[in-house]
Amino acid sequence: MISMIMVLNQKGEIMISRQYRDDVSRVAADSFRIQVRDSDTCFQYETCSTARHSRLFTKGCFVFVVSFIVCLFLTELAPTPLLSIENCSFLYTRHLNMYFVALTKSNVNPALVFEYLFQKIRVLKAYLGEEFDESSMRNNMTLIYELMDETMDFGYPQNCAVDVLRLYINLGNVKPQDEPEPEQLTKQITGAIDWRREGIRYKKNEVYIDVLESVNLLISSSGNILRSEVTGKVQMNTKLTGMPECKFGLNDKLVIEKESTGARKKPGVEIDDCTFHRCVRLGKFDADRTITFIPPDGEFELMRYRVNDNVNLPFRLIPAVQEEGQTKCSINLKVIANFSEKLFATHVVIKVPVPKNTSKSKIKNSFGRAKYEPEQNAIVWRIKRFPGKAECMLSVDLELVRTVRPKAWVRPPINVEFQVPMFTASGVHVRFLRVYDKSGYHTNRWVRYITKAGGYQVRI
Amino acid sequence: MAPKDGTPSGGGSDSRFFNTNKKGEMHELRMELHSTDRNIKVDAVKKVIASMTVGKDVSMLFTDVLNCAQTANIELKKLVYLYLINYAKSQPELTLLAVNTFVKDASDPNPLIRALAVRTMGCIRVDRITEYLCEPLGRALRDEDPYVRKTAAVCVAKLYDIAPELVRERGFIETLHDLISDSNPSVVANGVAALSEISETSGRDVMKISASVLQKLLAALNECTEWGQVFILDSLAKYTPADAREAEGIIERVTPRLQHANSAVVMSAVKVILSYMDVMGGGAHADSIRALTRKLAPPLVTLLNSEPEIQYVALRNINLIVQKRPNILENEIKVFFCKYNDPIYVKMEKLEIIIKLVSEKNIDQVLLELKEYATEVDVDFVRKSVSAIGRCAVKLDRAAERCIGVLLELIQTKVNYVVQESVIVIKDIFRRYPNRYESIIATLCDNLDTLDEPQAKAAMIWIIGEYAERIDNADELLDAFLETFEEEDPAVQLQLLTATVKCFLKNPEETQDMVQRVLDLATEESDNPDLRDRGFIYWRLLSTDPEAAKLVVLGDKPVIEDDTFRLEPNLLNVLVGQIATLSSIYHKPPEAFVVRAKRGATGSDGMGVGDLGDDIEEGDEEEYEDDNDVNRGGGGDDLLDIGGLSMNDNAASSNYGNLGLEPDMFGAPTPSVAEPEARMSKVCAPEKSGGIELWAGFRQVQGAVKLELDVRNISSNVPVSTLAIQLNKNSFGLSPAAQQIMCNPPIPVGGSGRHSVELVVNPAMLVQAPAGQPASPQIQVAIKNMTTGLVFYFAVNFAFEVLFSPDGALERATFIESWKSIDDKKELYGTVSDLPPASTDIDQVAAKFKAHHIFLIARRPVPNAEGQEVAYFSMRTTTGMVFMAELTFKKGVNAAKVCLKTEQIAYGVQAKVALETLLRS
Repeated sequence: MISMIMVLNQKGEIMISRQYRDDVSRVAADSFRIQVRDSDTCFQYETCSTARHSRLFTKGCFVFVVSFIVCLFLTELAPTPLLSIENCSFLYTRHLNMYFVALTKSNVNPALVFEYLFQKIRVLKAYLGEEFDESSMRNNMTLIYELMDETMDFGYPQNCAVDVLRLYINLGNVKPQDEPEPEQLTKQITGAIDWRREGIRYKKNEVYIDVLESVNLLISSSGNILRSEVTGKVQMNTKLTGMPECKFGLNDKLVIEKESTGARKKPGVEIDDCTFHRCVRLGKFDADRTITFIPPDGEFELMRYRVNDNVNLPFRLIPAVQEEGQTKCSINLKVIANFSEKLFATHVVIKVPVPKNTSKSKIKNSFGRAKYEPEQNAIVWRIKRFPGKAECMLSVDLELVRTVRPKAWVRPPINVEFQVPMFTASGVHVRFLRVYDKSGYHTNRWVRYITKAGGYQVRI
Repeated sequence: MAPKDGTPSGGGSDSRFFNTNKKGEMHELRMELHSTDRNIKVDAVKKVIASMTVGKDVSMLFTDVLNCAQTANIELKKLVYLYLINYAKSQPELTLLAVNTFVKDASDPNPLIRALAVRTMGCIRVDRITEYLCEPLGRALRDEDPYVRKTAAVCVAKLYDIAPELVRERGFIETLHDLISDSNPSVVANGVAALSEISETSGRDVMKISASVLQKLLAALNECTEWGQVFILDSLAKYTPADAREAEGIIERVTPRLQHANSAVVMSAVKVILSYMDVMGGGAHADSIRALTRKLAPPLVTLLNSEPEIQYVALRNINLIVQKRPNILENEIKVFFCKYNDPIYVKMEKLEIIIKLVSEKNIDQVLLELKEYATEVDVDFVRKSVSAIGRCAVKLDRAAERCIGVLLELIQTKVNYVVQESVIVIKDIFRRYPNRYESIIATLCDNLDTLDEPQAKAAMIWIIGEYAERIDNADELLDAFLETFEEEDPAVQLQLLTATVKCFLKNPEETQDMVQRVLDLATEESDNPDLRDRGFIYWRLLSTDPEAAKLVVLGDKPVIEDDTFRLEPNLLNVLVGQIATLSSIYHKPPEAFVVRAKRGATGSDGMGVGDLGDDIEEGDEEEYEDDNDVNRGGGGDDLLDIGGLSMNDNAASSNYGNLGLEPDMFGAPTPSVAEPEARMSKVCAPEKSGGIELWAGFRQVQGAVKLELDVRNISSNVPVSTLAIQLNKNSFGLSPAAQQIMCNPPIPVGGSGRHSVELVVNPAMLVQAPAGQPASPQIQVAIKNMTTGLVFYFAVNFAFEVLFSPDGALERATFIESWKSIDDKKELYGTVSDLPPASTDIDQVAAKFKAHHIFLIARRPVPNAEGQEVAYFSMRTTTGMVFMAELTFKKGVNAAKVCLKTEQIAYGVQAKVALETLLRS
């Protein structure tokens, strides 16, 4: 299991380390610095460890932690998120410019370690703010230690649910009257439903449901669809009283086929695969594909799903590129919105790559704003509002600088970003959400749909 | 806080102020710690912790901080405990003061505090604390509160790490078993985690999954936290179901987990299903297996939509799964196509899988993709894509032509590294399909100039040599390369040599000069032994029998297949069982990188040895001076200065006297302390011996020679129980005292055991070394697995030092006399370099040698050579051979000269090797 968790900053200093096991030794935080000079292999690290410090760590571990940090910073993009040095494995991930590193000497489940690190970061975000940084870490040192002890014991991850942690770890501002009885608290922490506490009350019971889809598309230069896929997630924000039992339904093809007998058949969507928040009863889903759960309070991600077939692509792009000799190049692009005219897309950004040696560009476009952005090596075309069924054109004439060594232009794909509200590329929609509670209150439900571009790319 | 007036520019008095400041700070903290106001107290402890984190030593506040533990405030208590854990190791005595607090807290009415106390006590690895831990732990395991029980469960694992015997004595393992049927899922999860951990460290199955345990685990699976589910699934994976029906039943309960949002749960569930599918076998269950195969694909694909780190883990595992059960993902090749912005490590892994899934059906699509990748920016990725095209060609006969077409297109881009990589793979394609695609050689030859990497050059030269008869100007092309022969990489030189010879055999008239020149270059100019040897072989072949040379050099080569990236089946089976562990990421069995922590070798013991070392050094310095005095009188030079040596006697023996501790360490009547461990080496790979891996080494135990055998059952389905052993005749006359090796209990798959076989010297088994030649160190061993009847052989080099007997110390006078009497011809010289630091100090060397019955006779500095010192050693084997050695060390140089004299010159080499190995170890 995990022997130690440490957090490094960009300079390679250990900001926080918590040792859970003895097989790797403690490293005196801040006792060494690493300076990577330039980007080449010459580096130096000075250790300013005094005799006093050196008592805190044994030589062996020190050496390989240093070599880990050197590995990490020399190869700026370290080869893999998993390094093994002297039989000690380092698994790490990043948050902003900080590295969260887990050390282990045993044959652990790497997915478990990464999931723990992600959750750890999620917990810290909940406590310190979405964009927490070095200084907020330093200012809340004791809180972080407390969280480290509570979420992991002897290298085994424990409860990481933010809501529950908040019940008894609250930034040091303990307000005894708010705190539940310890007995009830421990039941909560260890119980089968550790994501929701009892006794929640709302005057108005509401549920907000967001269906967010992102479309991944890759079209070859000859116009064939190489990959089209929708990954969606259902996010909920629940404000419900008590311990309500919920049942949720999408227009899942398998369910609809089972329900509708014979006559009227509304075709459902074929969902390839889905994963659920841990509140969902997986056994029940496996048996009859019904989604039942007691929701956490507030925001959470209920499920993710994947749809591969019959994807409604919101945009169609038809590019034509012509390189004339070494000094001229022209690009024409036609974009067609494929969704109903009642809707419109927002934040449309189309990046059309151009050669590096472009010197002049002449751009004509039917609407929106397009300009050449040399730092991106692309013509960036921004359209704030793109109505459904509309068509628009972009034509670009480029002048290129002659280069000493002519090298073929590596043509990166055209990249498109967009958002289409109230549209799902997969065709998924919410059929129902039923909330059952003893008191039988009424619940207001609000559903929103948004489709965004994931990797929406057209090769040229 | 600190008074500001200490910092201004005050010249020499600054440091004084600084000190007072510091003292003041500590003093202030101490006052705050004793404050009656709780907030001030909490802040003070926080300050202490903050200082601790940045590496300041705040251990002097130990008692003050400990005092704060007497509080009902949980937050304060946590902070104090955090401090305790940190300093427990360096302040074991003071930590004992905390015992009372712990014991009191462990029965606090607040369950959070009870749990905290138990958790913290487990983290403090001080022996005396451990004794006090047992009582509260026992109570905590039966606590009414689930939070306390779940904490206690993990604490048992902690205790097992410190004191396994205590855990067994107190029956905690049985209690853990009870926890598996606990009503609370978190408790079950941690109970399972603790049991698996103990099973792993002890190497015994303490989990013992029975039918009822199994039901409990499966029931808990639905209720547990996500982590608990992972622990349970991982322990289920270690269980072997009794029959196909049971396996199917368990799989049914496990499959819903594939829909979990936590990828660790998904991966572990996949592992369980895959390993149980093996149990189900085919036949009657073929349908269910097909259904499962269909069920496994979607969750695996979904993992590829997670964070890149998870994608990487998934891809490494999928790599194994695809090899084991190719049909799971056979129709999903598209999902492995790289996205433009995937991290490079993900792209590389995806490529590997694409190559494994490529088939006649999808090759066109794959080729289009690969061609696209070959124009990307990252050089490594591009090269790998190009090489993937070649591998597709080697794999799919019917698509080879299309692949070559793509490669030729890529060569036209003239991008340097693309061309080089293409040439390298085209060579493989030629070797796979001889005489099919030679028409493209002309294109390749057009690009000769761009080749600057050794591998690409070597490949091109191989092609030229192989098809010399179809290239009009082959000799000219080779000639061009020959101009820079001496600067080339050895691989290129070897290829050039071979290609020239091939060219000569095909076209002798025009290339005679050239071949002569190459042979000269290879045999006379080069100092690379491989090149020289190959040169001589060709030379002799060509000069004695050119026809035979043709048969040898131009003979048909075996056709290669695309198996370069396939894992060996045994290893693959092991690794598939290790899915969702680090092992599956590294593609190495766990033994290869997990080092079992050795107990007792840590902490205070280490310190003790260090202290002893210091003592030796001190005694040593005095000794030096004495020595120098003596030598100043003696003068003299060389070896024959041994006269000075005898005058040294008193000094030397007093030196021994100084080492008061020495007899405790080495001469103690309980030899187990000092008896050196055997150096184990792998002698037998599992594929040779029916899935058993053997490691062997030699050691001496109380005067007897032992052959230590580590038996590891890698993939033998029959547990290893009885083996028979026999040794071939050898230079030492060794043979086993008993031929049977009993493994009790039998070693199942994945297990291992160590056995020592006593060896006795039997004159009938002795092989005399041929006159004038050194004795062979090799011992040939035959092992018969009595259960399977399989016999396998291995050879292992004998560790000669094991034969040295404890009575090997010669009298000084005898030593000098024998040394002088032995002829210089019976002398062996050598230098050992790159010694570890411990082997550069004579005292440490002598101590180490003594453990192996090699005795220090005397030592002295070399006159007129600053910092050099010589030490004399003697040793005697149990068979009565005597060896004498002179070791020369120089201060600051990590090398030593070894000179060895003996009458039994045939064994001299062995003795010298033994000394050198010991020095290096």
